[in-house]
Amino acid sequence: MTQHSHAHDHDHDLAHHHDIHSELPSDPALRVKALESLLTEKGLVDPAAIDAWIEVYESKIGPRNGAKVVAKAWVDPAYKERLLRDGSNAIHELDFHGRQGQHIVAVENTPDVHNLVVCTLCSCYPLSVLGLPPAWYKSAPYRSRAVIDPRGVLKEFGLELPDHVKIRVWDSTAEIRYLVLPERPAGTERLSEEQLAALVTRDSMIGVGKVAAK
Amino acid sequence: MNGVHDMGGMHGHGPVAPEDEKHEPLWHAPWEARMLGITRSMTFPKGFNIDRFRHIRELMPPHLYLARSYYDHWYAVCVAALLNGGLATKDEIKSGHAAAGSAKRNDAARADQVWASQKSQGVFTRKVETPPLFAIGQRVRARNINPTEHTRVPRYVRGKVGVVQLHHGGHVFPDTNAHLQGEAPQHLYTVVFSARELWGEDASARDEICADLWESYLDPA
Repeated sequence: MTQHSHAHDHDHDLAHHHDIHSELPSDPALRVKALESLLTEKGLVDPAAIDAWIEVYESKIGPRNGAKVVAKAWVDPAYKERLLRDGSNAIHELDFHGRQGQHIVAVENTPDVHNLVVCTLCSCYPLSVLGLPPAWYKSAPYRSRAVIDPRGVLKEFGLELPDHVKIRVWDSTAEIRYLVLPERPAGTERLSEEQLAALVTRDSMIGVGKVAAK
Repeated sequence: MNGVHDMGGMHGHGPVAPEDEKHEPLWHAPWEARMLGITRSMTFPKGFNIDRFRHIRELMPPHLYLARSYYDHWYAVCVAALLNGGLATKDEIKSGHAAAGSAKRNDAARADQVWASQKSQGVFTRKVETPPLFAIGQRVRARNINPTEHTRVPRYVRGKVGVVQLHHGGHVFPDTNAHLQGEAPQHLYTVVFSARELWGEDASARDEICADLWESYLDPA
């Protein structure tokens, strides 16, 4: 048997393993509890490590990280230049590293161009700067329509863009993650970097919203 | 594979239902948090990788893929990976308990390793010996390929002409990596397509869609 057909057979079994779901309870809470018990008994998981991962996403990684990147780019032109030229390194400068965040391209919104980020094939998202993706980002309506009807999708978020604005949709089909650098709102000239960061919403960094001066 | 996961351009899934980000919970049920923690920390079969994870998710039967929520997909992937890798049996998954006399391992990831793991994971750039075939600004056509195995070229760009916008250097190639056939890195490009090229004359004359495509997905145009 060639290596290729062997892998093929092996992967045929892989699809077949999904058949178990007809024999399991429908309530995911029950199934996940049973899985955690089993893996703990077998030494395949340490429940304390599960707790630690939850803690990471509840308190260490979230859209506040991305907001700091955006605010710094607004007040520091040299940083903005680095961010747009080499997003990964500019973001690593602020010590935001890791999964779904080692290769980041920052894309700038202007009065003429509006950027929107999606992952049509799964739900790739710049976790290191935005944290966990919202449920709608992972949903079939968003994944299917962001590329074919971006203006319609944006309207559902309450954002109506004039015809002269070009929408550029970024489909995250590889390990590059995209962070939208939203426009700095007018009337914020006197605000500090920290005050600016507080204005930056997660939605504006995905491209489904704009930043308001409050 | 031309699976249900390849959603770009589909109709019929209804409107997006955004939640107000100020009031949106991080988890919609406690089991979602547990499932995320399990997936991040459990011992997977040898050689397992993110591309394989994505491929197993794509292999979910379409009715389950559409009916189940995101972290329930992760449950399905973890279970299929455990069964396929011989790390658990069907009876064990059903009962939630290890079979009598089964081996117990002692190499699970520990809590004190979590933050280091978070900070260090996720580098997919690799050295590629051959020079890039395409230059920024060059016109390329996405190949009309329909592999039954894992691929990251979405259906909606196949056969369409775009322009190379960015070159990212060498990246792990998912089509082989998902099948444990090696990383086989290739040059990776961001290709920009006009909305009209993808969706026809009714689409906006201004709008553009970018996709990240590996070199073997592309021909000069």
